[in-house]
Amino acid sequence: MTMLERMAVTDQPLLRVEGLTKRYGPRIGCADVSFDLYPGEVLGIVGESGSGKSTLLSCLAGHQRPDLGRISYDGRDVLAMSETDRRRLSRTDWAYVHQNPRDGLRMGVSAGGNVGERLMAVGARHYGEIRGKATDWLGRVEIAADRIDDRPSAFSGGMQQRLQIARNLVTSPRLVFMDEPTGGLDVSVQARLLDLLRGLVRDLGLSVIIVTHDLAVVRLLAHRLMVMKSGRVVEQGLTDQVLDDPQHAYTQLLVSSVLQV
Amino acid sequence: MTEHIEAGAYTFAYLDEQTKRMIRRAILKGIAVPGYQVPFASREMPMPYGWGTGGVQVTAACLVPEDRLKVIDQGADDTTNAVSIRRFFQRTAGVATTEATTEATVIQTRHRIPETPLKAGQILVYQVPIPEPLRFLEPRETETRKMHELEEYGLMHVKLYEDIARHGQIATSYAYPVKVEGRYVMDPSPIPRFDNPKLSGNPAIQLFGAGREQRIYALPPWTEVVSLDFDDHPFQTSKAPHDCDLCGAQDSYLDEVITDDQGGRMFVCSDTDFCEGRRAKGHAGRLGGDQKSSKTFANSFEGIWPGTEGAR
Amino acid sequence: MYVAVKGGERAIDNAHQWLAEERRGDPAVPELTIPQIREQMALAVNRVMAEGSLYDPDLAALAIKQARGDLIEAVFLIRAYRTTLPRLAGSRPVDTGAMAVDRRISATFKDLPGGQVLGPTFDYTHRLLDFALMAEGEAPVARELPPEAPAARVPHVTSFLNRDGLIETATPSDATPPDLTREPMELPADRALRLQALTRGDEGFVLSLAYSTQRGYGRTHAFVGELRIGTVAVEVEIPELGFAVEIGEIELTECETVNQFKGSRTEPPQFTRGYGLVMGQSERKAIAMSLVDRSLRWQELGEDFTGAPAQDEEFVLMHCDNIQATGFLEHIKLPHYVDFQAELELVRRLRAEAAAMREAAE
Repeated sequence: MTMLERMAVTDQPLLRVEGLTKRYGPRIGCADVSFDLYPGEVLGIVGESGSGKSTLLSCLAGHQRPDLGRISYDGRDVLAMSETDRRRLSRTDWAYVHQNPRDGLRMGVSAGGNVGERLMAVGARHYGEIRGKATDWLGRVEIAADRIDDRPSAFSGGMQQRLQIARNLVTSPRLVFMDEPTGGLDVSVQARLLDLLRGLVRDLGLSVIIVTHDLAVVRLLAHRLMVMKSGRVVEQGLTDQVLDDPQHAYTQLLVSSVLQV
Repeated sequence: MTEHIEAGAYTFAYLDEQTKRMIRRAILKGIAVPGYQVPFASREMPMPYGWGTGGVQVTAACLVPEDRLKVIDQGADDTTNAVSIRRFFQRTAGVATTEATTEATVIQTRHRIPETPLKAGQILVYQVPIPEPLRFLEPRETETRKMHELEEYGLMHVKLYEDIARHGQIATSYAYPVKVEGRYVMDPSPIPRFDNPKLSGNPAIQLFGAGREQRIYALPPWTEVVSLDFDDHPFQTSKAPHDCDLCGAQDSYLDEVITDDQGGRMFVCSDTDFCEGRRAKGHAGRLGGDQKSSKTFANSFEGIWPGTEGAR
Repeated sequence: MYVAVKGGERAIDNAHQWLAEERRGDPAVPELTIPQIREQMALAVNRVMAEGSLYDPDLAALAIKQARGDLIEAVFLIRAYRTTLPRLAGSRPVDTGAMAVDRRISATFKDLPGGQVLGPTFDYTHRLLDFALMAEGEAPVARELPPEAPAARVPHVTSFLNRDGLIETATPSDATPPDLTREPMELPADRALRLQALTRGDEGFVLSLAYSTQRGYGRTHAFVGELRIGTVAVEVEIPELGFAVEIGEIELTECETVNQFKGSRTEPPQFTRGYGLVMGQSERKAIAMSLVDRSLRWQELGEDFTGAPAQDEEFVLMHCDNIQATGFLEHIKLPHYVDFQAELELVRRLRAEAAAMREAAE
């Protein structure tokens, strides 16, 4: 199904978030966050470190439990799901790309095994087919096929990140969470990765929530933007709108400090 | 310190009745949920953890005075630890013992399933060092229990995938993981994968006891047990490509015995009862002409038992 | 009935006889008596009681004698014996505030009600071999001071801090603690279960973990608020009588540490607690235990998990028992012919295949 078809089937949001709040004792992680994410849409969440964007992402992805609020995915109440269902969701329909590829890869397992794990987790039992798919996906993230039996520890940072992306996308998830996917990479490597991501997101019609402090990343990838400060959303809208005509004083500061560079 | 235990000083089969009831409950639960690891309050036994305390507790909970017990270690009845455990039950339960697989009602084993097919009514008790098949992929018990609960077994296949990628085949030769009745992935204890097919559809009750790790699990009779594999790399048994040098058996699992320092070696059945039985029926292998029994022969190379010279 | 009498059995018998002879050593040297061990190897006896979880100095001394001084082996003997004993009753919680103290020190206050009592300690001895002990001599006699008016209760240092709200309140509970010798250990464990595992855990292991926290692997900034050693009464409730009777007294070592404080803008800072309680005079173990206890409490106190071993409950609890550890470690000397043969066969086959492939490629 292409992105357009997916969007045509339903005008229901894929993910609906209402009043999400997470506290750490008296400190606010994120407070009263609400938004809808439609199929095929890429939502960027920006803010400086400590703004609550990472807390929000980990609550959405089920890594932390929010104190208040609702999350519904495809009409199902995520917070009310059993852990079995939630874990099943997170290895089939969802994917999570960590900032540090070491957190998202098995460093002691070959590249092929890394890509194949999700396939095997959902029941693939034909070695040749698993290997074929892994080879195909390595190609799509521009990793040479003859590196399939190498461990990620022998890869550069950029390759590790591309491998993590392949490992996540191999089971055709519908919703991908990305936490600073270009963080920690050289500028030239970042550009290549962004280009690759943009192509994959478009071709696969993925819905993406991407957290970053880098406005260049969201300008390239995100359809819509949420700006966070001190745990709260201070402004949201279409990416171009927010970046070109920021309304909130904090967004203005954020935009001017970056764009003048 | 088994020599200090006199019959009468302790209850039948050493454990008090309450403890045996607790273990029996765990066994019944294990039989009801084949392949599921049931936690049980393992007791300190008068032999060390890791030396069969789990198997001993399970055997103690199963034994009745009419039983006939066989104890094997590495397939043999007279390896030292098998002797020690058999003697423990002779002293504490006073049950009859046997070396004949066919005559035994309860068989406690370490690392082997007897070659002679088991029958309905027999109980095979395995000693298990590490009951968790996922342990060496994920060291945390809290996490592996969750993986079982959620049937998250992808990681197990990643291990097999890696084997094939590196070696061209699955390079797990013992403690080869199995799936029980399509549900739980189970460690069959460190039996060679040669023995894996005997786990499935077996008419005997198979019980697994891990004392130090406090787990009991079970395979009721006729349970379907499938060794994990890939469609295009199916599970295969393996053994040394030889016949038994004493009894000539072509299809039994073999021990390798080094006979000199020039590379000389011979292969003999690891199941000593099976080998003796065949030789008694007149079968003979390459070196089976001399009248040594396989046990005597194997022992003569061990040199670890002081004071046995001239015993026979 | 066919009784298997084979070489293995004879070998075991011979080994046991030899062992018994070795245990006795040179018969020209007088044999150790149990009272000698109990009285003169008291700290070894204490360790065996603590890790064996059985308060019986005579049996612990016997175990040490039988084990030829191998304390882990002695602990094992005690454990194996203990497990066969019936449970007649559970005692009431012992009251360490009513302890008749032989030693009581605080590192946090110079003086305090109940006083500092140095007691019989190695602390300020110079570690010089005392060759006089090689000769048999008179029994040394300690100077006896006129007894001060004995305090009925020696209050805990932490209770002074608690009165001012300076330390977290340890909420009292009447809940029956879990018994890890009767129930399989389930994780996550509560603090009572953790303390129970630590108090019978291996002294060396607990010591090293505690030391690692001091060097920064899960640091907790511990002060020894108080260390006390003495005897307490053990009381058992008799349902038929409706009251508790004292059935004896035991010696205990208790250590309470005062640790790094936590707090925030809304909650004023408070010190936190670590606790150690060990049977007998075992102060190294009690101090170590209180540090490890405190480290394991990171979650409850809202601290970060830094990956330190002493913070990792599963790691600590699954590996602190020396009887489990030594059994599993030593079992690898048992025959593994079958597994090794399986590996051998596999490696040979893989090598043969690799060689065949290399040949085909050439």
